[in-house]
This record gives sequence, structure tokens and C-alpha cells, in this order.
Amino acid sequence: MRDEIRVRIASDADTVIARQAGRDVALRLGFSRTDATFIATAISEIARNITVHAGEGEITVGGLSEDGRNGLIVTARDEGPGIPDVPAVLRDDYSSELGLGMGLWGATRLMDEIDVSSEPGKGTTVTMKKWRGFDEVGSLLGTG
Amino acid sequence: MPVSILKQGAYLIASVQSALTDTEVIELRDSLLEKVAKHRSRGVVVDVAALDIIDSFVARSLTTVARTNRLRGAKTVVVGIQPEVAVAMSHFGLRLDDAYTALDLEAGIQLLTG
Repeated sequence: MRDEIRVRIASDADTVIARQAGRDVALRLGFSRTDATFIATAISEIARNITVHAGEGEITVGGLSEDGRNGLIVTARDEGPGIPDVPAVLRDDYSSELGLGMGLWGATRLMDEIDVSSEPGKGTTVTMKKWRGFDEVGSLLGTG
Repeated sequence: MPVSILKQGAYLIASVQSALTDTEVIELRDSLLEKVAKHRSRGVVVDVAALDIIDSFVARSLTTVARTNRLRGAKTVVVGIQPEVAVAMSHFGLRLDDAYTALDLEAGIQLLTG
């Protein structure tokens, strides 16, 4: 996979490194500044889930080509306690109710695809994809 | 903490200098609340133009500052949110309840003093 960057996540300083790496990869792959900010924000949320719930883990960001489409893929892995009920944490009412559980839910709003696989006691892997396309927002803002 | 907090008469002006870690966001929140109480400030301007992102944690911390200040009778103005950051916040559904917002530092100070 071209342009892949791997960041070990063990503290909140690593979260800043990971989200800035994500932004850099996104811009190199031709994403708009707006999309790069969406990606950096989603990475910040899932990296926080690692430091808060698992203590440590890693995040990789790389380019992606699939069915003639180009995009970016973020993978976050940890060996923490896992999520007992994945669909619940992706639901709107769960996140707004808890406040603290907004991370994964927020990532679903910012990325095009998200997959969460988790096994209690064994850890969690979050895979998020964003496809390159017409940047509606950027064209409105003149920043695309 | 890469944030400077200056007292200007009845107001405080906090300028974020670079991207912040969660720990630094907590320090910013706590020192703002402490300084508003200590100086009996009537308002705070927080310049976030240097922030690369505003995610749920940053939004929650700024909201805590704004809500606490509001209960004390002080205003909080968040200024300089980057256009891309504002769009991401809007997609995410993040709001800064109880805070005022302004385009830049000058407009923020005007909002407090005008």
C-alpha cells in the first residue's frame, strides 16, 4: 500500500501525531483540505478511544484503490477490553446520552465507510474509509 | 501549554498557539476558569485559529468553559474557527453551546465591549 504511515498510540501526544499524519497522507493523495480535516478529526476520536479504553494500540493510514475508486483507509487496532455491543455505540442515542461515547459515532459522520470488529477481552479494530470525489463543501468555501 | 492568556481590563484573551493534546485542552479549560474567577472577568475571548481540529473533546471542554462563565455572568467568545474545522464540526453535529462566536480576535473583543 503506497503512502502508508503507522503511528503507535500510547498517549494523547501520539493522537496529535496520528491525526496530523492522517491529514498529510490525505493531502498527498489529493483530498481537499476540508476532507483532510474530516479525516484528521475522525482519527482524533478513534485514537482517544485507544488511549482511554485500551491504553495503547496503533493507527495506520494509507492510500486505497478499489473498483476504480481512489481513497484513504485508516486502521486503528488495540488489544484492550473490547466493545460488548458494537451496534449500540454507533447509534445516535447512545452517544448523545453518554457524551463520552461520541467518538465512534462522530467518525461515522465524517468518513464514508466504517467497520468495527471487537471481541470482549481481545481488543478492537476500527477500519474507516474515505473516497475521493467531488468536494461539494470545499467548492462552496473556495478551499477545495 | 501552548496557549497565552492575557488580562485586558475586565476581559481575558486566550490565544492558542498550536495544535493541542487532550491534556493541554484540560489545562486551558482549568486555567481559564481559574483566571476568570480570580480576576472577576466579565468576558473571555478564546482564539482557536491555530487549532487543526475541533473534535468532541475540544468542543465539550469549550462548552464547559462557556457554561461555567455564563453561570457566573461572564461571556465566552470563541474566535477564529477555521472554515474546514467549522464544516467538520457541523457534519459531526458538534456545537459550542453557551459560547458566542466571532470571525477573529478584533470582532470578538468588539462583541464583548460593544
